[in-house]
Amino acid sequence: MKYLVSVIDDKTDPGSTDRQPAISAFNRRLIAEGYWVFAGGLADTDSATVIDNRGEQPVFSDGPFVESKEYLAGVWVWEAPDLDVALKLAAEASKVCDRKIEVRPFQ
Amino acid sequence: MSDVEEAVTRAHREEWARVVAALTRRFGDLDIAEEAAAEAFATAVERWPADGVPPNPGGWLTTTANRKAIDRIRRENKRDGKHKEAQMVYDDDPPEPVSAIDDDRLRLIFTCCHPALAIETRVALTLRMVGGLTLPEIARAFLVAESAMGQRITRAKAKIKAARIPYRVPSAEDLPGRVSGVLAVLYLVFNEGYLATGPGTDPLRHDLTAEAIRLTRLIRTLLPDDGEVAGLLALMLLTEARRTARISAGGELVTLDEQDRGAWDTALIAEGHRLVRERLAAGVAPGRYQILAAINAVHTSARDIRDTDWSQVVALYDQLVRLDPSPIIALNRAVAVAELDGPQVALAAVEQLAGDLAGYHAYHATRADLLRRLGRGEESRAAYDRAMELAGNTAETAALARRRAELP
Repeated sequence: MKYLVSVIDDKTDPGSTDRQPAISAFNRRLIAEGYWVFAGGLADTDSATVIDNRGEQPVFSDGPFVESKEYLAGVWVWEAPDLDVALKLAAEASKVCDRKIEVRPFQ
Repeated sequence: MSDVEEAVTRAHREEWARVVAALTRRFGDLDIAEEAAAEAFATAVERWPADGVPPNPGGWLTTTANRKAIDRIRRENKRDGKHKEAQMVYDDDPPEPVSAIDDDRLRLIFTCCHPALAIETRVALTLRMVGGLTLPEIARAFLVAESAMGQRITRAKAKIKAARIPYRVPSAEDLPGRVSGVLAVLYLVFNEGYLATGPGTDPLRHDLTAEAIRLTRLIRTLLPDDGEVAGLLALMLLTEARRTARISAGGELVTLDEQDRGAWDTALIAEGHRLVRERLAAGVAPGRYQILAAINAVHTSARDIRDTDWSQVVALYDQLVRLDPSPIIALNRAVAVAELDGPQVALAAVEQLAGDLAGYHAYHATRADLLRRLGRGEESRAAYDRAMELAGNTAETAALARRRAELP
């Protein structure tokens, strides 16, 4: 079962910025234990562009599709046998990243 | 009730959870299990009056439900034109050795009380899947529209399937935390029955307290060595024992000091006391339910309110405060302190909690009572007013109104 694991940061109360070494160590463990599928940190939401090509011409707009206090700072994709395993890893991930984590299954 | 009707009712009470749990294990789908179990019981209602009650009703129901489930899966396969894999709450562990803990019903309970589900959802799902209550019954219990309750349960089943919430007893390492989650659900059901909220409902909901006790008994047979399970069961029994004395003929809530102790249920009290003694003998540091049960054991040991061993009650609350330093526990401790050290000392302790409990009716009711005993009528009246504004239970509001009216 694949899970999308989102790292959520808060613009008004951001998590600490010194987490990279701990995250790298955690990633190595995820790989060694067979959970790791994909991971990536995201650039600032200001750098997002939204494209809407449902009409006659594509429309580009600057910035994220929704402005909010909380935003997606990075993602993992994990392969885990069930939600209990994913939640246990996510609890560790939250400590490691010093941020909130959302776990959502793929269809 | 005819013998057959009684047999169906008994089978429903005793076998529902077992049938749902076995089917969930076999077909890996709560939805299929629930529907097939319901159909099997409906078939029993139809057939048993004519055919007679089968010698092994549980076996008959499981076999019938299995057949219904297979019929449904075949129907769906035909409709979808493809093989449907029952792949949701699967379990690929090898079968464990048979023991008290190896019971499908326990898996079912832990799945329904999974921490990834909202607490109201856990309550509803447990009452439906484990308790066998119908959707209208659950909706009525929590004053929610039937359609909304149906959606809540449907969404929960969908999440369990989509997110793959496992169908298994948690590992030894996770077990204490998960058991306490299950007990929290059962205690919530019990409390809603014991002090029902909402203007349109009976102040006491015996259906809910009885169901909570029944399910806690079930957990106790499944986890006989868990002290907190025994503690919660004892707490419920000792509370339920006072049920009939708790509401006056006029529909008012009667507090412990004014209850007719002769109306208490002695059998429930004896059973509760036995459990409390069993836990004391175990010599293991008690958790919160065991301490609450012990406090209730002290109260139910006194034939007259004046015989209550208040120093013992306060000592138990001190123990509880160390475990759970919440303001609500501190408030209850202050009520006992009033009996031991007088209302002045208790009032000082209560007023320290003002910041945390200003929106809690029991804070104002306790304060009103202490002010009344100190002869501070004007302040007491104002505190009763505030308590009545905040109280949700109709019998409690009536009792508060009477006490307010009795102020000199």
